[in-house]
Amino acid sequence: MRGIYIHIPFCLRKCPYCDFYSVRFDEKTAEEYTDALIRSFELPKYRGLRADTVYFGGGTPSALPSELTGRIMRSVYECFDIDKNAEITIEANPCTADERKLSAYREMGINRISFGVQSADDRELMSLGRLHDFERAQRAILAARKAGFENISADIMLGVIGQDKQSLIRSADRLTELPLTHISAYMLKIEQGTPYDNDRVRASVADEDTVSDMYIELCERLEQKGFLHYEISNFARPGFESRHNLKYWTAGEYVGFGAAAHSLYMGQRYYVPRDIAAFIDAPFQQEIPEEEPHSEREEYIMLALRVSEGLDEKKLISLYGEEGTGRLMGLAKTYEKHGLCCISGSRVSLTPRGYLVSNTIIVEFLHAVGLA
Amino acid sequence: MSEHNQSNIRNFCIIAHIDHGKSTLADRILELTSSVELREMEDQLLDNMDIERERGITIKARAVRLNYTADDGESYVFNLIDTPGHVDFNYEVSRSLAACEGAVLVVDASQGIEAQTLGNTYLAIEHDLEVLPVVNKIDLPSAEPERVCGEIENIIGIPAMDAPRISAKTGLNIKDVLERVITDIPAPKGDPDKPFKALIFDSVYDPYKGVIIYVRVMDGSIKAGQSIKLMATGAEFQTVEIGYMGAKDLVPVGELKAGEVGYITASIKYIGDTRVGDTVTRADAPCAEALPGYKKVQSMVFSGVYPADGAKYPDLRDALDKLALNDASLTFEPETSAALGFGFRCGFLGLLHMEIIQERLEREYNLDLITTAPSVIYKVNLTNGETVMIDNPTNYPDPALIASAEEPMVTAHIFTPQEFVGNIMELCQDRRGNYIDMKYLDDTRVDLHYELPLNEIVYDFFDALKSRTRGYASFDYEMKGYVPSKLVKLDILLNGEIVDALSFIVHVDKAYQRGRKITERLKENIPRQLFEIPVQASIGGKIIARETVKAMRKDVLAKCYGGDITRKKKLLEKQKEGKKRMRQLGTVEVPQEAFMSVLKLDE
Repeated sequence: MRGIYIHIPFCLRKCPYCDFYSVRFDEKTAEEYTDALIRSFELPKYRGLRADTVYFGGGTPSALPSELTGRIMRSVYECFDIDKNAEITIEANPCTADERKLSAYREMGINRISFGVQSADDRELMSLGRLHDFERAQRAILAARKAGFENISADIMLGVIGQDKQSLIRSADRLTELPLTHISAYMLKIEQGTPYDNDRVRASVADEDTVSDMYIELCERLEQKGFLHYEISNFARPGFESRHNLKYWTAGEYVGFGAAAHSLYMGQRYYVPRDIAAFIDAPFQQEIPEEEPHSEREEYIMLALRVSEGLDEKKLISLYGEEGTGRLMGLAKTYEKHGLCCISGSRVSLTPRGYLVSNTIIVEFLHAVGLA
Repeated sequence: MSEHNQSNIRNFCIIAHIDHGKSTLADRILELTSSVELREMEDQLLDNMDIERERGITIKARAVRLNYTADDGESYVFNLIDTPGHVDFNYEVSRSLAACEGAVLVVDASQGIEAQTLGNTYLAIEHDLEVLPVVNKIDLPSAEPERVCGEIENIIGIPAMDAPRISAKTGLNIKDVLERVITDIPAPKGDPDKPFKALIFDSVYDPYKGVIIYVRVMDGSIKAGQSIKLMATGAEFQTVEIGYMGAKDLVPVGELKAGEVGYITASIKYIGDTRVGDTVTRADAPCAEALPGYKKVQSMVFSGVYPADGAKYPDLRDALDKLALNDASLTFEPETSAALGFGFRCGFLGLLHMEIIQERLEREYNLDLITTAPSVIYKVNLTNGETVMIDNPTNYPDPALIASAEEPMVTAHIFTPQEFVGNIMELCQDRRGNYIDMKYLDDTRVDLHYELPLNEIVYDFFDALKSRTRGYASFDYEMKGYVPSKLVKLDILLNGEIVDALSFIVHVDKAYQRGRKITERLKENIPRQLFEIPVQASIGGKIIARETVKAMRKDVLAKCYGGDITRKKKLLEKQKEGKKRMRQLGTVEVPQEAFMSVLKLDE
C-alpha cells in the first residue's frame, strides 16, 4: 500500500534556520490552498489509490484552522481507499495545538502527532527563534495524550547555538519523561540564504567533532531509555516506528500533494514546484519529473543504509551481482572493525558513528558495486 | 654560393644568459641580412617551441644560413648556430661550439656576467673559439656598458673595451656586430681534398624525410646519393638530400663542402643512430679517424612518470615515443608501481630537461601526470664485491648486502649580489655542500664556489636559491664524480603499508629531517578518511617519523524531508567526483597533490 503526503506550506512565523517551503499564514490563501489540494486529489491517476499512511507536513500543518484540516481529511477519505489501520500523522507546533484542535484532529481520524519541540532548554529555544518555551511544549504533549493520541512524536535538534553535551542530554531526558512514543533528532544545518547563514552563527555553534560526539551520546541515551534507533535520525518505542517515513527508505511508494511535495508513484519520481500561487491556479498541471528517474539499482544503497535494517545481501546480489556484492561485503567487514557498521547474518547496517559518515560509506559501497 | 670560398664563410654561435637578449639579437641579424621578410618576422624566430619562448631559453640547437654583404663590398655566408643555454645540455653546447670558429658573447649592460654565461664562455674558449663580446640593452637607463666591459676583461680575460654596444631591441648598432664577426672571427680552414668528415651537432626527426642530421663539414665534400657512415654507431646510409638551413625552410643543394654547415637526409629511421658529436664520413672513402670529443650522452636524473588516469598509459607511451624521436637523450622504460600502476622510469640530462619533458607531455599531449621524486644514480658496492648502479629507490639493495655506497657530486658556481652570500651559504650548508672558495666579480657581486651532492640539487635547489636571493643569483654546475657517502633508503608507509612511489634514497644525516617533513606534508595533503591513517617514515623497518591523519567524523548532512531525495543525490554526486580525483593505495585514498607536495619541501 502507498503513503499520502500533504504539504501545508504555512507558518505563523518563519524560523531563522529553516529553508523548507512555507509562507506566513493568512486565512484567505489557506482556504484557496485547501480548495486546490482537494481538487488535486481528483486527478484521475490517483482514483482509488489505496493508502495505509497519511502525513501532513510543512510548514506548520497545525497553523491551518481545524475546519480546513477537516475538509482535507474528509476529501482524503472520499477520494482514496484508506486502510482502517492507517497511520495518519500531523506535524504540530506546540503553540498552535490547543485542546479543541487536538480533539478535532482525533475526531477526523488523525492518530499520530509530531511536535516540533527542538529543545528542553528555553535559551536554546529562543536562539532558534521558536515561539514556545519548554513548558508550553510539555503542556501540548500532555494535552495530546489527554485528547486520545497514543502515538506522539517530538523533534529534538542537535548543534543549536549555546547547546553542549549536558544540555542536550538533559533535553533528551526530559523528553523521555513525557508520554512520547517517538523522537526525531536532527542536526542543525546552516542553509544558504536563511537568516542563520552568517559567520556569527557559524562561530557560535558547536564544531563538527563535538556535534558528532553529541549525536553518539544522544543515540546511546535514547536507546537506554527504550527508544530503538531505527533510522538515522529517528527513535521509537518498539512498534511505533513511523510507517510513513519508512516508506521513503524502503522503496515504498508515496504520493505528495500540494506545493513542494515529492512523489514516487508507479515507479516515477516527480514533484510539485515550490509555488503556492501556481498551485492554487492550476492544481492539476503541476507535476514535474525529477531530473534523475527512479532506479532501484541507483537508490537502494543510499536509501536502505538510513534504516537499522540496512542492506540485505540477497537483494544486493540481485541488483549488483555476486562480484560487486562480494567487494561491498569485504569493505563492510573493514568498516565493522572500525566500528562504522554492523554485519549480522546477511544484513549490513550502520552504527551511529557510521551514520555520521554515511555519505562517504555510501559512495564507497557504490564504488564497490561499480556505480561510482 | 656555388663557387664558395671558405674565406667568405663565418660559422658562429651566440652565448648569453637567459633574458640577456640572445634571441632578440638573432632576430635582428636575420632581419638585417634580409633572410626573413619583415612581415614574416615573428618575435624570436629561432626559439620555436612554446616552452622556449615562454621561458626565454633554447632547448634544441638550431642553425641558419645568412647572406651578408659587408662594408668592404664582399658577400659573406654566415652560419649562425643557436645553442642551448643550460647546463643540462652542456654536451650539446660543446658540440655546437665545436661546429663554430667563433662565439658572440652577449652581456646585459646592466646585469653583467652571470654564472651560465661564464660556464659557456669558458667552454667556447676551451674549444679555441674566438669570443666576440657584445654589450646589449644599452638603451636601458640602468645600463653601465663601461663597467660591464671592465667586468668582461677582469673575469673572462678577453679584451672588451671596444665591444659593440648595442640594443637588440631597438636595432641599434647591430651592423657593427656583423662587421666584427667578419673581422674578428676566423674563416673555417678545412681541406676540401681530404676524405669527407663532418660533425653532427644536432638531429631532428621528420615524418617524411626521416632523421635530418645537422652537420658541420670539416674536410672534403658530400653529394646526394653518396653513401655515408656514422662512425660511432657504425651505421651506414645512402644520402637522399643535401642542403642548408634557410631562415624559413631547408634548401637542397648539390654539394656540401669543407667549412660549410648544412643538413643530410638518408632515410634514417631512428634518431638514436645519429648521435650528437658523432662523425659522418663517406662509407666508400672513409676518413682515417673520427673527430675528437664524442661522448654517449648519459641520463643524470631519473624519475617515475605515471598517468594520473591509469587508462591513459598507452597515450603516455605514445607521447614518450614521439618525444624520443626528436630527443635522443630522453630514455624511458616501463615500470610498475604498486601505488601508481603502470608508468615509465624516465632518464633525463638534468632537472631542466626533466621539467621540460614533463611540461611537454602535459601540454602537447594533454596528459595529467604524477611524477615521483627525482633520483640520481648511486653506486652501491656490495659485500660480495659487485658494484651496482641504482637509479630507482625500489631497486636499492638490502642494507645487509651493502658494503659501501657512493653518490655523484657536482662543482657549482653561484653568482650573487654579495648581500645574499649569508643566505646562500646557509642553503649550501643545509644541502651538505663543501665550500671551496669565493671570488669577488666586482665591488658588489661574488662567485661562490661549492661542491654539492647532485641529489641535493635535483629536488628544489634552484627554487630555494631564487627565493633566498629574490631571484638575483644565478647558478651553474658540472659533474665531478662519485664520492663515498652514507646513504639510506627512506620508505613512507600509509596505514602500515609502504608506498613504493614515495621511497627515496637520502644521506643518513638528512633522513630524519626529510622523513619528518614528508610525513607532515602528507598529513596536510591527505584528507580525513573513514578511519585514522598513520603516516610513517621508516629506514630498514625502523620508524623514524609518524603523523596521523585523523578519522573523519561527519559528512555534510542531507535533508530528505517528505521523500525529497534530490539533495542527497546531489551531495553523493559531489562526493563521487571527489573520489575520482583520488588514488586508491590499499585502503587509503590519496589525492594527486599529496604526491606532488613531497617533491617541493623547501619552505
